Amino acid sequence: MTAAVRANRWLDAAAWRNLFRDRPLIPLTGLLLLLVITIQIADPGIVTLPWWGVIMRASVPLAILAGCQTLTMLTGGIDLSVATVASMAGFVTATFVNSPGGWVQGMAVALAAAALAGLVTGIGVGVFRVHPLIMTLAMSFVVLGFSNVWQLQMVQTGAGVPSQLRWVGSNLLLDVIPYSFLVFVPLTLLILLGLRRTGYGRLLFAIGDNPIAARLSGVRSPQILIVLYVISAVLAAIAGLIISGFTNTASVSLADTYLLPSVAAAVIGGTSIMGGRGGFAGTIVGALILTVLTALLTVLGLPEPTRQIVFGSIIVVVAAAYTRVTGES
Amino acid sequence: MTAASVVARRRALDAVAPWARRNGWTLGLVGFLGLLLVYTKLIQPSYDSSGIQGLAIGVLPLALAAVAQAVVVMSGGIDLSIGSMMAFTSVVCATMMKGQSQEFAVVVVLGVLVLGIVLGAVNGALVVLTKVPDIVVTLAMSFVWAGCALLVRAAPGGAAAEWLRNLVLGSFISEWIPKSAIVLIVIVAVIWIPVSRSRMGLSIYAIGSNRLAAFRSGIPVGRTKLFAYALTGLYAALAGLSLTASTGIGTPVPGPYTLMSVAAVVLGGVSLAGGRGGLFGPIVAVVVLQVIRTDMTFLSIDSNYAYVAQGLILVGVLMVGSFALMRRSRA
Amino acid sequence: MTVTADLLLEATGVSKTYGAVVALKSASLAVRPGEVHALVGANGAGKSTFVKILTGVVHPDAGRIVVRGRERTAHSPAEARRGGLISVYQEPSLIPDLDIRANLRLTETPREPFRHWLGELGLRDLDLSTLARRLPLASLRIIDLARALAIEPDVLMLDEMTAALPANLTERVLDVLGRVRGGDRSVIFISHRLIEIAAVCDRATVLREGETVGVVDVTAGTEERIVELMLGQSVEALSARTAAVAGPESRARAATPRISARSLSSGTRLNDASFDLYPGEVLGVVALEGQGQDELFDILAGSERPRGGELLVDGKPANFRHPADAIRVGLVYVAADRAEALLMQRSIRENIALPFSSRLRHWGLIDLGREREKVDGAVATLQIDARAGGEVRRLSGGNQQKVTIARWVAGGVRTMLCFDPTRGIDIRTKTQIYRLLRDMADAGAAILLYTSELKEVQLVCDRAIVIFGGRVVGEVSAAEGDEPTLLRAAYNLRSESAVPEGVAAMLASTSSGADASTPAGPGPSEVPQ
Repeated sequence: MTAAVRANRWLDAAAWRNLFRDRPLIPLTGLLLLLVITIQIADPGIVTLPWWGVIMRASVPLAILAGCQTLTMLTGGIDLSVATVASMAGFVTATFVNSPGGWVQGMAVALAAAALAGLVTGIGVGVFRVHPLIMTLAMSFVVLGFSNVWQLQMVQTGAGVPSQLRWVGSNLLLDVIPYSFLVFVPLTLLILLGLRRTGYGRLLFAIGDNPIAARLSGVRSPQILIVLYVISAVLAAIAGLIISGFTNTASVSLADTYLLPSVAAAVIGGTSIMGGRGGFAGTIVGALILTVLTALLTVLGLPEPTRQIVFGSIIVVVAAAYTRVTGES
Repeated sequence: MTAASVVARRRALDAVAPWARRNGWTLGLVGFLGLLLVYTKLIQPSYDSSGIQGLAIGVLPLALAAVAQAVVVMSGGIDLSIGSMMAFTSVVCATMMKGQSQEFAVVVVLGVLVLGIVLGAVNGALVVLTKVPDIVVTLAMSFVWAGCALLVRAAPGGAAAEWLRNLVLGSFISEWIPKSAIVLIVIVAVIWIPVSRSRMGLSIYAIGSNRLAAFRSGIPVGRTKLFAYALTGLYAALAGLSLTASTGIGTPVPGPYTLMSVAAVVLGGVSLAGGRGGLFGPIVAVVVLQVIRTDMTFLSIDSNYAYVAQGLILVGVLMVGSFALMRRSRA
Repeated sequence: MTVTADLLLEATGVSKTYGAVVALKSASLAVRPGEVHALVGANGAGKSTFVKILTGVVHPDAGRIVVRGRERTAHSPAEARRGGLISVYQEPSLIPDLDIRANLRLTETPREPFRHWLGELGLRDLDLSTLARRLPLASLRIIDLARALAIEPDVLMLDEMTAALPANLTERVLDVLGRVRGGDRSVIFISHRLIEIAAVCDRATVLREGETVGVVDVTAGTEERIVELMLGQSVEALSARTAAVAGPESRARAATPRISARSLSSGTRLNDASFDLYPGEVLGVVALEGQGQDELFDILAGSERPRGGELLVDGKPANFRHPADAIRVGLVYVAADRAEALLMQRSIRENIALPFSSRLRHWGLIDLGREREKVDGAVATLQIDARAGGEVRRLSGGNQQKVTIARWVAGGVRTMLCFDPTRGIDIRTKTQIYRLLRDMADAGAAILLYTSELKEVQLVCDRAIVIFGGRVVGEVSAAEGDEPTLLRAAYNLRSESAVPEGVAAMLASTSSGADASTPAGPGPSEVPQ
């Protein structure tokens, strides 16, 4: 009504905007806590340390896959092949369980196959300038096809998830810390440090923000993109191994349900799909938010369809909030 | 006389040449399809009108999905919720038709079409109002629409009205002309031709080609985008109806249509950057992909290789296409 | 007041703030029917915000806009168009993937008047079925203008429409504007070129720091007054520098040239470019639009490969496959278009530090301390106003351009290629950039400067080469390179007749300049080779 009141409200709004824009982790963590409080109210006593362990265990593979999306989205790309690559990795490893080389050989083969797929994707995106969405989509068809062919070859030998992977994927230290942290924590530190403190990380942001400017500054984007998609595919394979250990299954469609949530986690975490803005810390919180939300909906007894609807709506709302606070004018 | 005819021919050539140049990609695809069909006949001499009918029915849902995708891609967007919208409209249709009269089915069909427009318009409105990139909004909405489909019906089932099934099954006049092909052509022509001739159609290309220029030219960018999405929703609903019509039931789980439609659009010569392309190319691309699948069955190649082949074709075409584009822009 | 009733468009007390930044405090504009009215102001004066408000792109916080006596609020360019205001921008608003005919239909432009104006502007033979994408930029600008004229808007707004337009076309445009004037329709003309304003405008409204600081009747000699109003200070400082700068004559001719171009050619535009660039000098490049200078800079910057000819850098043959190769041998490029050069969402620091990590062996850990030292040094050298912090897109145009230069200054400049670096920048920043270029040259760097503002040659350059029809047709020393001389050289005129000052010169030279499309023989006689 009065000018003073309006000015005050405006100040508050601006403060919020700046908070969201410059420190997205704070409101995101707030949202996460809000969800945790809600779930505690809905089912008193559910939030315990072991519960956190379960949540974290479920979040780890999602966070890694969302990491693939974060890295590729920073350059203005996206990786729709993460799910099939992850499934392939878990599946291929499982088929080696009875072979002489054992699961170690299987993992080596799986990671090498993933890296190869990433290399081809990277060459397509970087050198031939195929749109990443299409290139990774095509690659997912190719990988799925080869996985199926592999499945036919391996049908006699039998397969099983190696016990070591099961241990890493599903066990908790002291009922709280998932053993997958053995993989996840070093990976996280590597990604965070890589994005903030290395030339390569800077270049990811640069080619995502303005490829022409980057080129004119002497940046060779094909090199960067090839390396990027290899990294993304290897990360996806690692996530796939953890997922197969977590679910104790190995199939060629194991990780399919992770594809869209991986993009969602990155978007919620504040990474712009147009490139140039975002980070992995937000993505981790994004993955936690999605996992807790799933738990909350289960507690509330909402059926799967409702869960999907809520899931989708929340992505739109969060993404809209980001656009509002980071956009100009 | 001769001179006149030469002039006339040159004139005809002048008229055709730019058209051919602009539609070179599609013409090439059609040529390739012809070769593929000849090849099919060679490896499988028994391939005849029933094969063509099977092809047409098999192609129909994906062709409509590709058309739906093409419209929104031309406007500079992308719709990753097409598969979910198809599932939703398909189960609504099959559920409401079960145990109802043939006449009521007409109302259901009309209702489902309106539903498609509404779904598409919601996608479009969210894209326009939230200013969130299309890919994110429609990805999120694909969850929502798939959830809605599951709410309507948790498992495949329902029924399709007899006349709806007859609309796409069988042939028309000659057994070489499958009804579903006629249906496809009619659906696309009746809706798209008037739209593309109108200012709204031009505006769709305009906002896809250069948003800022379109905005400055006084084109209502938001409204046009909304319209394009609504049209996509309508075509997605038609694709969903065709699913129900050809299978006789509704399936709540989205098929591979979203991603396949993107692939078909790209193969069909529609630029993902927007502003370029038509609807014919994507349809031909869908048919080509389907024929390749059929051929692989005839050659008794394991169907899993079809995935590999599809992916490799997509990759190969894109790489060659991008390479050609790079060379042209350099020249 | 009776005067108010006579006005075609009147804006009063218009203000707009973005967050804490005041873009417009109280801007006003009064356009009489039948006049060509200039809107001028340095960068950051609020001109572009004012234009956006008038065209309905941005909503003002306060203020009234009255058109033909009726208050009007436009919420979009579409509404502004319906209200009788049409704008033509530096970037043509034609849809690249539609042909011209469809573009006309899109804006509901009547065909016949369009044809008429197209003819007036010198494009009578245009094939309407051509895709806009296939037409050169200059033609698109002309088509855009013809389209706007054909709709006969009450107010036609030309926003930097003549910037970087070839001189002969600019002159056609000004000529047509002169004829439009006089009816009951008006033109708002926005340009950085005072010479054009003097040629065609009746009155000028001057903005400074978000306020309208004066309205001047444009007569002979008002340029000085306008500049004074824009600057809010005397222009003495600028002219004083002129004397200080002009003087240093090719000191280091004895040394090996940094760049030796030998008959470079590229595409259809650049045919035979030969010149030497020595350390310690600023070499100007003077050319009308589209004479091959874009291609030349693309070759030197490593963006394009030459079709023929030879390029020597420090006496050694160079073959660039990528800008990185050019940078490696010390050739760095400053573009006119800041959208091509900046990471808009990243910080000043990341923008300046961008080239540091471009090479494969710098992909590893960044030495933050050293980086900060270099960046801070460059920021200080260029006097970048870093208060806005955060993203570069929030900086003013002038500061943005300084960041693109700072990027190279931070690493130490051996050879800098500047392509119209002061385009669309306010005078104060321009002078800073001139001084910087001069200082770098004095410290031993070699600088190649293409400029569309001919007077910059005398302000910063030691000498200038003239490119015409894809060939280097001559060389002019700074002392001789006054505007008339350069203009004649740019048109490749051989006549010895003295060229009068100002626009009259442009008008007079146009016809012969347009004819001389195929250059023959040596350049102007005054060229000292």
